[in-house]
Amino acid sequence: MSALSERPENAAVGLPLQHESATLHVTGAALYTDDLVGRTRDVLHAWPVQAPYARARVRELRTEPAYDVPGVVRVLTAADVPGVNDAGIKHDEPLFPTEVMFHGHALCWVLAETLEAARLGAAAVQVDYEQLPSLVSVRDAIGAGSFQGTPRRLERGDVDAGFAAAAHVFEGELEFAGQEHFYLETHGSLALVDEAGQVFVQSSTQHPSETQEIVAHVLGVPSHEVTVQCLRMGGAFGGKEMQPHGFAAIAALGARLTGRPVRLRLNRTQDMTMSGKRHGFHSRWRVGFDDGGCLVALEATLTADGGWSLDLSEPVLARALCHVDNAYWIPNISVQGRIAKTNKTSQTAFRGFGGPQGMLVIEDILGRCAPLLGLDAGELRRRNFYRPGQTTPYGQPVRHAERLDACWDGVLTSGDVRRRQQEIARFNAGSPHRKRGLAMTPVKFGISFNLTAFNQAGALVHVYKDGSVLINHGGTEMGQGLHTKMLQVAATTLGIPLSRVRLAPTRTDKVPNTSATAASSGADLNGAAIKNACEQIKARLAEVEGGDRLTWEQLVNTAYHQRIQLWAAGFYKTEGLHWDAAAMRGQPFKYFAYGVAAAEVEVDGFSGAYAVRRVDIVHDVGDSLSPLVDIGQIEGGFVQGAGWLTLEDLRWDESDGPHRGRLATQAASTYKLPSLSEMPAEFNVTLLEKAHEDGVVYGSKAVGEPPLMLAFSVREALRQAAAAFGPAGTSVDLASPATPEAVYWALDAARKADPDPTVDGVARRQPEEVSS
Amino acid sequence: MTSSPSVRVNGDQVALAGVPPHTTTLDWLRGCGLTGAKEGCAEGECGACSVLVARPGTDTPTEWTALNACLVPAAALDGQEIVTAEGLGDVSRLHPVQHELATRGGSQCGYCTPGFVCSMAAEYYRPGRGTATADEHHTADAEHGPNGFDLHALSGNLCRCTGYRPIRDAAYALDAPTDDDLLAARSSAEPPAPVATRYAVGGAEFVRPADLAEALELLAADPEAQVVSGSTDWGVEVNLRGARAATVVAVDRLPELRELEVGEDVIRLGAALSLSEIERLLAGRVPLLDAMFPQFASRLIRNGATLGGNLGTGSPIGDAPPALLALDASVVLTSRSGDRAVPLADYFTGYRTTVKAPDELIRAVELPLPLAGITAFHKIAKRRFDDISSVAVGHALDVVDGVVRRARIGLGGVAATPLRAVATEDALVGRPWTEATVRAAAEVLAGEGTPMDDHRASASYRSAMLGQSLLRLFAEHVEAEEVPA
Repeated sequence: MSALSERPENAAVGLPLQHESATLHVTGAALYTDDLVGRTRDVLHAWPVQAPYARARVRELRTEPAYDVPGVVRVLTAADVPGVNDAGIKHDEPLFPTEVMFHGHALCWVLAETLEAARLGAAAVQVDYEQLPSLVSVRDAIGAGSFQGTPRRLERGDVDAGFAAAAHVFEGELEFAGQEHFYLETHGSLALVDEAGQVFVQSSTQHPSETQEIVAHVLGVPSHEVTVQCLRMGGAFGGKEMQPHGFAAIAALGARLTGRPVRLRLNRTQDMTMSGKRHGFHSRWRVGFDDGGCLVALEATLTADGGWSLDLSEPVLARALCHVDNAYWIPNISVQGRIAKTNKTSQTAFRGFGGPQGMLVIEDILGRCAPLLGLDAGELRRRNFYRPGQTTPYGQPVRHAERLDACWDGVLTSGDVRRRQQEIARFNAGSPHRKRGLAMTPVKFGISFNLTAFNQAGALVHVYKDGSVLINHGGTEMGQGLHTKMLQVAATTLGIPLSRVRLAPTRTDKVPNTSATAASSGADLNGAAIKNACEQIKARLAEVEGGDRLTWEQLVNTAYHQRIQLWAAGFYKTEGLHWDAAAMRGQPFKYFAYGVAAAEVEVDGFSGAYAVRRVDIVHDVGDSLSPLVDIGQIEGGFVQGAGWLTLEDLRWDESDGPHRGRLATQAASTYKLPSLSEMPAEFNVTLLEKAHEDGVVYGSKAVGEPPLMLAFSVREALRQAAAAFGPAGTSVDLASPATPEAVYWALDAARKADPDPTVDGVARRQPEEVSS
Repeated sequence: MTSSPSVRVNGDQVALAGVPPHTTTLDWLRGCGLTGAKEGCAEGECGACSVLVARPGTDTPTEWTALNACLVPAAALDGQEIVTAEGLGDVSRLHPVQHELATRGGSQCGYCTPGFVCSMAAEYYRPGRGTATADEHHTADAEHGPNGFDLHALSGNLCRCTGYRPIRDAAYALDAPTDDDLLAARSSAEPPAPVATRYAVGGAEFVRPADLAEALELLAADPEAQVVSGSTDWGVEVNLRGARAATVVAVDRLPELRELEVGEDVIRLGAALSLSEIERLLAGRVPLLDAMFPQFASRLIRNGATLGGNLGTGSPIGDAPPALLALDASVVLTSRSGDRAVPLADYFTGYRTTVKAPDELIRAVELPLPLAGITAFHKIAKRRFDDISSVAVGHALDVVDGVVRRARIGLGGVAATPLRAVATEDALVGRPWTEATVRAAAEVLAGEGTPMDDHRASASYRSAMLGQSLLRLFAEHVEAEEVPA
């Protein structure tokens, strides 16, 4: 066991603690960025001028009329930028554009004494547009050859030989939607300048260091003149990894130019129409199985709809390609990935970061092909699980592959799956208008940033003379319970009660050069950095003479008087990673997280409406740092994934009408995320036992993203329930998201399907195509 | 008229001075430093802004009623009492609702949490929660806890982090309020009386007339005045579309608009009663409405929304019109020249236009008795709680001796106005209540209206859902021929 993963007795890690801010949350006392506005004097409010076209050239921008609106103080335009006019790191996202690249693109920002005045000021700005042709759908972009970034190909074995040897070959296509983050707290920043003109930005950001860098490059100042703080976020889910930077830069620019605090908070519609989302994908695939239902070859093209700029599309695509195998051994594989450039918001990170999109392709393939192979879909999945010793298509050994079986068997047992399957068959036989389905799906998800350099973290731990401890680290709190875990790690390492440790908000002047709190890596990286800092302090305290007879407080006080340094900066970098991005080969991940879910649904044949009756999950979080937090991540991730796959329906106006390119679902009233009515009626989550992960802080595993993909079980259960409306062995195509309408059309098609001639329930017919 | 409007907030009287009349209660509270309530959507969909308002109760003099603070103008609360998450408890003294949510992992990012706390507290204090008599027409089901907690109380609150399971567990773990609970004690005292308000800032005015006569005078004098009751529709216009009215007239507390009478021949529902109030006062008397209520937006919205408002906006996708059309309802319009009743089927004249004159108010909705024997309300939406219909269908049929004697079918979401499915009614009446009749009529129903494609549903799905609605009705009532009228 490594020193990093070894857990002492009576450790604070492993206790099922409530969220460290829970009592602040429930009393309304917890502060979020925009709650600071009322506590700050003389704040100016910002409002954008948003373009009403999917693509256009800005011929002229007349800001003078805005100044006629009482209360308007300043209109920010490109001319005001002292540094680089860019909101990103790839220099393809002008902060003040001259060409409109998507419907809702912000052209300039009005600052005013009140939000009302800013809004009216923005409405008064006059813009002359020259409309340009636009590409709104990924299909249009593919047709027009509109791509961006570097295409990638993941290859192993010989697909041609694989297909030649395959007993069954199917091919098909799937286009599936993206997802709006819909963090309850929209983007917000509050920027202040001090007496020397240095900028302090409070920002709802997952990546304070990058927010700092971009504010600095927009202002044309070095990074040490900009400090970014994130108190906490009201949800982020990847949507605040890249997207906050430009908004923070606007607020900072306004503060520098006016000398007054500037608040920029997007309302929901602004947030939805301006900020990036999960990438929708188009995929075309061909798959080969042997006689036993084992995958022998997969050839696919995945096209990510990147929107107007690159943002994080390249790493998202890389992760999609690295997860197209999900939990399955595919000996011969060739998957091409590319990024379409469309006139939409710039799609970005979202919990799973391409992983869900890659996995959806293979899970959809297995769900569609199982009936054609005459196999139960669960049986088909399990037959194809990785076995210990096998490697992924990019060459990484699948360590602990046996945990897939352990999770699967765990769910079979805890979910009483076999008995319920019989019950469902009986129910369906006697129920013409309502059908049930139960599906099990696995998850294997790689943990670490694909880009090796990001796998580092820092921490700052102060022990004060009275023995109280203050910790700082580079990770941000967005609800995932990172800070709770970090308090537990510090208390465990120092061997003191949790009550002696406090955590201060994330700030770039405390821990510099941090990575985004992303890729599920927050606890792994920052926990190890905090542990490192605490161990340095412990090692020094060990030198205190007679220290072993002293209480913690006495020890600390004595150490101070012996002039022993009582604070430390901790650092951690993940060892053993390497990745060749061009060749798509290497060991990008420290380890894999595993899980299995079984979902049971009931579908109404009159409408396609459905309810999730029961979900059973066994998930591998290693030795949990904080079980209540981890179970919360699993449940929340699952429901969020189910939202993406079954409910949340991003619709863009693809017509040639006057609103072409407009996001039609741009508010909570039109974009529906899961509510209490979508929660599984029965929801059982179990953490995989004996799951110690060597080489990770206190034997734990990352948990933020992997459970989201357990929600494929819901989609596949819906497919099975829809199929139950048709003759046995019906293969069902299901659109994504599987909204009630989509499920209705699927079950309607199943109802109209020709009865398949069967012998002992096994399909004789072997169609060569699922669809063209 | 009060000269210095104010609201009692968490026990303290707070002046509204200087706040523009369009300012929402949410923005006003946050400006006062009470930043617990949050803006998540500004259109009454997410509930992050939920606060408790002391309203007249149906079972106790006062009921703590959860409302969307983002929709209600602050001026509308002049003279009223509200409690926010901060007022329920603090870190050293958590309210039972706060305690359960905190300890069970009911908050992750915490942003939606103060709203959940308030919605949950309203249900915690609901008179008779957990007693059989109060829940008589709500038999125990998957949406009620062992403690009588009705999950619909949280149907207007969204959480993006938890997946809701720990929130449900917290709700179901709540005991009854203790004897020394101040808010529970407050319920036994009279609610704050409505306060006539005339409040003007910066050329905009909010008026709460003292009585109906004054309201009608105001409308006659100013046909442009914006009438609001629960403000669940107007609030969205203000927040999302920048609507501003020179004069807003609030009618939701006018006693003449808040009567509910069950007579021999007619049930009369006051236009300014909230849907929640109607639901409780009718107590299951109108099964079709009882089928509609849980599907109408969310509890938070139903606590503010009124039938008058739902009909007043003239929206083609309101949920009440299809139900009321099936019930053969009439709308009672009132003006200085008196009352007139208009059959609802004649009320809508076009997209968001009606026969109501600018100087008229909707006073009540009348349902003729007896009610039909077979009724149903079918709403098609993406989400079961708190969604807007892509199609809504109200059915009311009388089947006597196996023959359909009378049929009323109301449709929403398939045309510029709500409408009656007259051709389908004709295809049913006088024919035997059989699968053959229903299949033929379902074909007719699928052809009613002029449904369109939009982000909620395709036109073909909408049409299919109309036909399927009748098939479902038959499947669910195939043995129900002899229901006495």
